[in-house]
Amino acid sequence: MSLTWLSRIFFACLAIFLTLPIAVIGGVAFNEKKTLSFPPQGFSLDWYWQVFADEGWRSALFHSVAVALIAASISVAIALPLAWFLWRRVAPWARIVEVLGFAPFILPPVITALGALSFWATTGYYGQPWTVVISHGIFFVSLPLVTITLGFATVDREIIEAGMTMGADDRTLARTIIFPMIRPYVISGFAFAFVLSLNEYIVAYMTVGFTLETIPIKIFNALRYGYTPTMAAVSLFFVLVAVCVFGFVARFGDLPKLLGAWSEGDKT
Amino acid sequence: MRRTAPQNPTDYLPITFPTLMLGVFFVIPFGLMVMVSFFKRVQGGFYEPSFTLANYARFLSPFFAEMLVFSLGLAALVSICCLCLGVPFTYRLTRLSRRAQVLWLIGLLGVLSLSEVIIGFAWSTLLSRTAGLSNLFVWLGLMDKPVAWTPSFAAVLTGLVYQAFPYTVLVLYPAFSRLDPSLMEAARTLGASPVRGFLNVVLPAMRKTLLATFIIVFIFALGAYLLPQILGRPQHWTLSVLVTDQAIYQSNMPFAAAMAVFLVFASLVLVAISGQINRRGGGS
Amino acid sequence: MAGLALTDVSKRFGSVSAVDGVSLTVPEGTFVCLLGPSGCGKTTLMRMIAGLEDPTSGEIALNGERLNDIPAHKRDLGMVFQSLALFPHLSVGENIAYPLAIRGRSKVDIGARVNELLDMVQLPGVADRSITQLSGGQRQRVAIARALAVSPRLFLLDEPLSALDAKLREAMQVELRQLQQRLGITTIVVTHDQREAMSMSDEIVVMSAGRIQQMAPPIDMYRKPANPFVADFLGQANLLMLRGVHGGAECSAGLISDLDLPAGETRQISVRPEDVAVAPGDAGPIKAKVSFVREMGATIEIHLTAGSERIIAATSPKAHPDCRIGDEVSVTIPAEACVVFDKQEA
Repeated sequence: MSLTWLSRIFFACLAIFLTLPIAVIGGVAFNEKKTLSFPPQGFSLDWYWQVFADEGWRSALFHSVAVALIAASISVAIALPLAWFLWRRVAPWARIVEVLGFAPFILPPVITALGALSFWATTGYYGQPWTVVISHGIFFVSLPLVTITLGFATVDREIIEAGMTMGADDRTLARTIIFPMIRPYVISGFAFAFVLSLNEYIVAYMTVGFTLETIPIKIFNALRYGYTPTMAAVSLFFVLVAVCVFGFVARFGDLPKLLGAWSEGDKT
Repeated sequence: MRRTAPQNPTDYLPITFPTLMLGVFFVIPFGLMVMVSFFKRVQGGFYEPSFTLANYARFLSPFFAEMLVFSLGLAALVSICCLCLGVPFTYRLTRLSRRAQVLWLIGLLGVLSLSEVIIGFAWSTLLSRTAGLSNLFVWLGLMDKPVAWTPSFAAVLTGLVYQAFPYTVLVLYPAFSRLDPSLMEAARTLGASPVRGFLNVVLPAMRKTLLATFIIVFIFALGAYLLPQILGRPQHWTLSVLVTDQAIYQSNMPFAAAMAVFLVFASLVLVAISGQINRRGGGS
Repeated sequence: MAGLALTDVSKRFGSVSAVDGVSLTVPEGTFVCLLGPSGCGKTTLMRMIAGLEDPTSGEIALNGERLNDIPAHKRDLGMVFQSLALFPHLSVGENIAYPLAIRGRSKVDIGARVNELLDMVQLPGVADRSITQLSGGQRQRVAIARALAVSPRLFLLDEPLSALDAKLREAMQVELRQLQQRLGITTIVVTHDQREAMSMSDEIVVMSAGRIQQMAPPIDMYRKPANPFVADFLGQANLLMLRGVHGGAECSAGLISDLDLPAGETRQISVRPEDVAVAPGDAGPIKAKVSFVREMGATIEIHLTAGSERIIAATSPKAHPDCRIGDEVSVTIPAEACVVFDKQEA
């Protein structure tokens, strides 16, 4: 009994620890004046409005979303055929490509960033807006790769064989069984890559830091000239976007399973 | 459709695009970075091809050694803090209802995906004199006047733990959610209290997972590039910060690349160790 | 000729021989069970019939047409898998409609056929449900309906009832057999459950180590097993080593009179527990001691020690109201109940 309470208090403390910084930046954005103070002085929604009204923040938001959408598409475009090949073919050497897909995410991000900087500088495209899209696409391949691989693992061998005995050829199987079954995993892989790309700073900074402002770059640049409530507002906005996207994934997929638990039916 | 070895050239088609993309945009950049680490820096911000070990020789300075020890020590400390919080948390989390688990996972993913910039900004606000926690304590009458808790080592540590905690939980989550609950029940029927059972049965059963997680979180913490800058003083800077600083602000790409190569090397050694642990532990 | 014919079919996986020279004929409309312990090659044999594995050698023919080179999806068979393999992303109706839909049948035809099939497996009105909303027994029926959707030439079932509990399994055995008789479809079932095989099939094929040990109708196989393996696998059997003597055959326990064995030769015999007669006292030809009694309601099993042999007798409990461990009894084994195996089988 006391242990249950102890664990509840522990959970409550962690919940406070995790939400406190977000609550505070959410709170300071309600300040009426252009200062950060807590508790807020006065109440105003102006700073939230600023995110969309101010030309600079609006274009940064647009850049971030555009980069994240295309980069996540590239990640999926790389991960999907790779996971398909690994599932469909017996080819031990293909594991090397799989490792390459995981490497950027396991290694410290500075390394991918510096590699990208060397590469784009050497090829002469440094600073071009599209370079960050490709580098992000590569950086986040591992996320859809994990989810789609997991998706293929749920396609039981007997399911495929059942389709075969019922008269489906390879093409029909792919269209009517395999792809519909892995679709939720493709979507969640895309969602993960999208949210992380939205928030990514270092790779973006080392590729297009001086030519294209994304939200994280803009916040960091603004940090040096003092804190403003708009930064707080935009940060809170980003937290909400992340929570909404993951909530969406959980609504349409089995989030615990995506993160490695057994599926609900397997539990005894 | 059976799993078969690829036979004719069209069978290789699906893997061509991934291989090409990863080859051109990851392997080549990586190779370039290794090459640059042997190049010579030219005044004015660029470098010229040559072969010099000078960049690596700079590692031998006391300054670098101190910074390296600090980076590794900080990463280890972060990893230990995260495990101390994360292990009991994840264990209890996997015993909650599926619905409660989903809500927590959404929250954890939300925090995990936050940009280091935003985390740094949020914590520096939270620990600041004007808008921080100390104002709350003053209001409650616990303190006389608000103080600034940043920049400081404690602030760096707190920020890093905040960033790495969700990651730790998500790394531990699969193993704990697959842990057979009857293990604990058996311990209870044999007379162990819940805490004793957790310490004597669950933790030893998870020994390999814990060690592997320690290493993974260690690498994750080693990769933090902004928090020490925002929340700490220059003496709290880590290897990753220094790499960024050298590459962008000091325009010394060769030295930055040499440090990055060193970082890769250190990470790979750790990944290999954790792979070994997993293989030996991965009987099931 | 009509029906399924396997000629000298073998399958090797590397150096392991999973199926070794199997020849088998299944006449049209019969119900055959492939029975054997796990790893005996029965599932591999069925997968070769379905086209999911290629035989290393030998020929598989259906109604005189060679199947070997026809891929699985063109064989027009219906198969029920051990895991059932229902498509989780499709509803019950869509699962059953799947083989019809990919053959391009019209929506109206498909709808009518799905309802007909659901009626046939006694699940009317569930077409719109999701698979996860069904119980184990209902899923079983859906898998059967799906496999029969296109009126296949051959109906294959791989351990179809293994996931069900005992009571439901027995009910499904009866239902499956009735369905097969109504449709008159050639059916092959893989199972390791000898009761299942006994109760459903026209013919049982017992396999061991990749070979067919015996093929016969259930009751014939029970009464006349071809070798000790079959005797032991199908029901219970007392396997005894006997030596031919004057006036019968004897073992360490005693004599079985009138059993015709060449004098001086040693042979293995099998006798079913229900044929072993137990009487109190020591008047009979074999003297034994009761070592264990197992009451099972309808029958009683008496475990006996006689010399170095262990014998199990099964009888009605009424005949032995008070049989206790340690009782001295006499045992009679009638010669006509014994199956004598050939020498090399011993």
